[in-house]
Amino acid sequence: MNEVDGNAMAGDLREIFAVDLTAAVATCAGCREPCIVATLRVWGPAPGLVARCPSCDDVVLRLVRGPERAWLDLRGAISLQVPLPPAGSLAEGPA
Amino acid sequence: MARAAVSGRLTWRAATVVAARWETSSVRTLVLEVPDWPGHLPGQHLDVRLTAPDGYSAQRSYSIASAWPDEEGHIELTVQRVEDGEVSSYLADVLEVGQPLELRGPVGGWFVWRDEPPPVLLVAGGSGVVPLMAMIRARGEVRGRQPFRLIYSARTPQDVCYAGELARRVRDDPGLDVRFVYTRKTPDGWPDPPGRITVPILNTYGWPPDFAPDLFVCGPTAFVETAADILVALGHDPKKIRTERFGGTP
Repeated sequence: MNEVDGNAMAGDLREIFAVDLTAAVATCAGCREPCIVATLRVWGPAPGLVARCPSCDDVVLRLVRGPERAWLDLRGAISLQVPLPPAGSLAEGPA
Repeated sequence: MARAAVSGRLTWRAATVVAARWETSSVRTLVLEVPDWPGHLPGQHLDVRLTAPDGYSAQRSYSIASAWPDEEGHIELTVQRVEDGEVSSYLADVLEVGQPLELRGPVGGWFVWRDEPPPVLLVAGGSGVVPLMAMIRARGEVRGRQPFRLIYSARTPQDVCYAGELARRVRDDPGLDVRFVYTRKTPDGWPDPPGRITVPILNTYGWPPDFAPDLFVCGPTAFVETAADILVALGHDPKKIRTERFGGTP
């Protein structure tokens, strides 16, 4: 097992969501601290990723990728606040 | 910059290795031709997937080292060989020019430099320099005027990636400074003994918090935590510190 961070989940999350989720703010259900998804502590590598809160170490997000489906467990996050770039902007970069 | 009409689902693409070069004895840069590459921002990365004949596959995330646009339309990955790393050792030691490589990207929208006005401090531990080099290159391409400083911690002078290009850019890119920190062995005549990154180094060679710089820190987990803690202790706004960590040692 290798510890990385939420930046490394960008591809697996972008496969599911229409926008980048690493810049989103997750509020931890354990300690209620908000944190950027990119800063979650992630253990991997894929197919199973477990992302923990950098403040309290509770599991915030779990993502398992199978050949034809993905399971996303978000019970450790009270909310996800997702920045939505204005239409036509390059805020997410070329895509 | 041209933009694909629809940013659809992220899909795997077949790239081809068109050139490769060693940056150090364990770090290799792969130059890739990727059909229909949509472009990327400095700091973004991509996922590489290797699939064995029996169907077993392994996937890793790598920072993109090059800036975009690129004259040849190529992108570059710089890969540190990790002991027992099933993907990194393939990319470093097995993959040859002319062979295909499956990848998807670009991804990531947080650890990204967007050519904004504030001065920038880049702090690299080992191969954590890769996404920061993409930022330096992007600034060079647009002839950016933001003051840029890179503090780059490496084990020895032989472990420094992009040494020649960094020296050239310090000479040619106005407002770019690079400060090396050697943890194991220094060049002859270096003023400081080998050692890890410290409060005085980040205080002396970084920017004062009053300048409200953008701060990017990339490296192994312990390095990133140390550097980020020092920056906060020096008075930098934690919200301005962007970090990217990987598990390996520098």
